[in-house]
Parts: sequence; structure tokens; C-alpha cells
Amino acid sequence: MYSDLVMEHFSNPRNVGAMPDADGVGSAGNPVCGDVMKLFIRVRDGRIEDARFQTFGCGAAIATSSMVTEMVKGKTLDEALDISNKAVAEALGGLPPTKMHCSNLAAEALHRAIEDYRSRAPA
Amino acid sequence: MKRAVYLDHAATTPVHPRALEAMLPFFSQRYGNPSSVYSLAQEARQAVEESRVAVADILGCPARDIIFTSGGTESDNAALKGVAFAARESGNHIVTSAIEHHAVLETCRFLEKFGFEVTYLPVDECGLVRVEDVEKAITQSTILVSIMLANNEVGTIEPIAEIARVVKDKSKLVGSRVFLHTDAVQGAGALDLDVNELGVDLLTLSSHKFYGPKGVGILYVRRGTPFLPQQSGGAHERNRRAGTENVAGIVGAAAALKLAAERRQSNGQQCQSLRDRLIAGIQLKIKRAHLSGHPTIRLPNNASLCFEYVEGESILLNLDFAGVAASSGSACTSASLEPSHVLMAMGIPEELAHGSVRFTMGPDNTEEDVDYVLSIMPGIIEKLRAISPLTEAGES
Ligand SMILES: Cc1ncc(COP(=O)(O)O)c(C=O)c1O
Ligand code: FES
Repeated sequence: MYSDLVMEHFSNPRNVGAMPDADGVGSAGNPVCGDVMKLFIRVRDGRIEDARFQTFGCGAAIATSSMVTEMVKGKTLDEALDISNKAVAEALGGLPPTKMHCSNLAAEALHRAIEDYRSRAPA
Repeated sequence: MKRAVYLDHAATTPVHPRALEAMLPFFSQRYGNPSSVYSLAQEARQAVEESRVAVADILGCPARDIIFTSGGTESDNAALKGVAFAARESGNHIVTSAIEHHAVLETCRFLEKFGFEVTYLPVDECGLVRVEDVEKAITQSTILVSIMLANNEVGTIEPIAEIARVVKDKSKLVGSRVFLHTDAVQGAGALDLDVNELGVDLLTLSSHKFYGPKGVGILYVRRGTPFLPQQSGGAHERNRRAGTENVAGIVGAAAALKLAAERRQSNGQQCQSLRDRLIAGIQLKIKRAHLSGHPTIRLPNNASLCFEYVEGESILLNLDFAGVAASSGSACTSASLEPSHVLMAMGIPEELAHGSVRFTMGPDNTEEDVDYVLSIMPGIIEKLRAISPLTEAGES
């Protein structure tokens, strides 16, 4: 049902855990099945230096969380905002149709984390 | 070392070698159509009728009351629609429970579209239907009560014999005849299926749950029960289920049911001791793990648990990596993305239902299997809890 890459990220998720001194935190709840993701970012000179996540959800939710934290590292905030849920799913070699909604969780939490950072830091 | 441990016997079971052996001649040697006149066909006819007698013996009913179908789903459909449409003149009300299998619940929803009214009885936190609720629900327009013998997710065993008594009494009181169907799919091999002891008018079984082949079902219909066949065609199954019989399947189902009935006691004891070992081990080794269903009035092979802060599909995937097959009522594992209606009806919070895992044993499982699961489960839960945002909030 899942691609090898999804299974790989699910088995060995990258960047797991809270970041107590994060510069931005975003949470997203999955309205479809009720799962939750929290994404933390550290920002230096307008770029995302580090990202971490916590996820309560299915295999696809955990794998997309892991993947999105990898994808955003080193990106500017605007570049990171351009990452769509489709892009995350594609980076994982695709998701089963019934699991596409899980990737929204990651994209949404990322967007919220960036919003949170921007609302904290005077532009 | 990786093992293969199958703990999903409520989903399906392997075909018993003796059932398979009994089936094999009916594919390409004794392949006659039971409705034909020549000897080749009559051999098949005889095999079907002997199978019917074998099943009837176990159910304690005349052979003529047994209908062979394509599975548990068809039997449930035929029972509910069959009685509802045949008894329409006397009433349009059906009583069932909120924790029935979808084969019953969706059939009820279908019947609602045709003007039938359905009462979905609640259950208590252990998954038990209250007998007094059944009694209260029956009115002058009630024609059918359908309550499962045992629940497929949490294993709770419903008080069918008691329900049968109140259905009869209330029937008399309101002056209409109310028929009782039980979906006994999960009870086969574990519980007594005698239709007179149970006091039911209709009873559903599915062969692949008791070591028979998939795609074969049994429906018992007590003589005198109004029944409108749902499939039109030839005069098979005494005009109650048209279609050339699945001869090999029927033979396999009957052989498997016989074996299951013979070994009911010993298999039950063995499964129960494995079940209790698993439940006790998990509760000892893993914090915040809750047994769902009834603590004692449950199928001997069912260990259903909910683990806080984690999601069922991720548990199942990790179990699968380690060679263990189990299932879950988590929203993420269902095609509809809704949490299990059974766990919801029992009042289990949605978040907790997310972390549900069902292990169902069979006589082929061993203590080593259970100990293996106990050796990997704490690590799996710990790993997932370390990822979960709910863990810290809940622990502090
Ligand atoms: C309680 C119950 N009823 C009905 C069914 C449906 O049976 P089948 O798979 O043979 O259609 C099942 C199994 O899936 C079940 O557990
Ligand atoms: S998070 Fe629930 S289905 Fe993926």
C-alpha cells in the first residue's frame, strides 16, 4: 500500500521531537480522521535552519511529517511556503489516494509555523 | 529473529487441511451441477445435502431450514431484507444494535430508504446490549429484532437467549409476531450455536471465520418465518436462494464447522489462556493500555486494547515489520476514515479509539507467539509515543 520511501521515513523518521526554543510553532489537526501534527522551526537569517515535528497519526502522516522537515531545511521562508502537500507526497514516491489528506497535515503545520514566526518577529 | 504470527482470526482464518481435502474432489472430478439428473450430478447433490445435514446437526435444526449463501454479508442481507419485505403487512419496525457489523447496519439503512423504521439500540461501556432496552423498543409495528451473538471488534458476547425470551413475551403482549435474527459469525467455534437454546428464528454464519473457505455463508431460517428471497432465478435452496450451489465451498464449510464444533471446548480453553496471557502481559508492561469490551463476557480469543497517545495504523505497520498480523478500529485504517462505530457506541473517546488494536487468537497460536508479541509491543508503543504530540501533554 505504501511506497518504500514512505515506509523508510515511517520506520526511521527524521527530526522527531519538540524544540523548546523554536522560533515558530505550527499545529494542524486533520479534520478527516482527527490526527494531530506539531511542527517546530528555527530560523536564522531568513532561512529555516532546523525543523522538528511531533505527529499523532497514521504511517502516511508520520512519513510526510518526517519528509517535510527534511525538505524545509536550508530554505528561505518564502521557498518553504511554496511547499505544497502534493510536493511532499511526490517526494515520498506518492501516497495512496485515501492517504493524500494526511499530507495536508504536514503542509498546513509548516505554513502555521512560518506564520507564527512572522507574527513574533517584527518584519 | 523474525517470526510470522497471525493474530487476526476474527478477520479470517486459514482453511483447515481436512476441509480443503474434502473440497478438492468437487472442483474437477465430481463437478456435476447438483440440479442435473445423471449420476455425476447426483454425487454433487448428495454432497450438498450431506453438508446441510451436518450443519443442521450443529445448529440443532431440521436440514431444510439451512440455506447456503455466498457469505456472512449475504446471509445478513437475506435475513433482514427477507423478513422485512415478507412481513411488511404486519409492520415496518426493526430493532438492532449500534454495534452490529456493517452487513447488518447498512442493510438497515437500505431498509430505511424503503420506509422501514429502525431503532439502533445503544450499548453499555462494555459493549453489552441491555435486555430491557430490547423489550422497551418493541412496539405493535415491530417485525424483526437483529442482535449479534458476539461482536467482531471487542468480542463482547450478547445475551441472545435472554433477548429471545423478552422478544417472545413482548411479542405476545403487543399482539404481533416479532422474529429474532442473530449474526453469529464471530461465535462459530467458540459458542453454542443451537438455535433452540438461543431461541432465534434466523442465524447467520460465515465459513471463512471458522477455518472454511471464503465466500460461503450459512443462513438458518426457522420454519414458518416470513421470508422473501433476495435473489431471483432458479428453484435452488427450496426457492429461497437462486443460483447453482457452490458445491466445493459448501462441502468445505460443513467440514470446517464440524471440526470447529468438535474442538470448541479445547480450542476455547487454549485461546482463552493465550488471550489472558497477552492481556495481562500488555497491561503489566505498557502504561495507559486499556482493555476494551467486557472483562469476562467476551470471546475466548479476543484481546482488544486501546493505547493512549498513539494511532492504530502505525502500530499495525510496526507489528507487520516484526511479522505480526493484527487489526485496528482507528479512523486511519478504515476506508471511510471514521473511527470504529463499535468503540464510539461504547463511549470510548475518539482519540483513544485511534489507538485501538485487536489481537484475535486461533488454535494454531502458541505461548511463544504471545511472548514474542509481548517482547516487541512495549518498544513499538514507546517509539510511537516518543513521536506523538499528545504524550507530553497527557503525562504531565
Ligand atoms: C459479525 C460479522 N458479520 C458479518 C461478517 C461478514 O461476513 P463475510 O465476510 O462472510 O461477508 C463478518 C466478517 O467480516 C463479521 O465479523
Ligand atoms: S493521519 Fe489519519 S489517515 Fe493519515
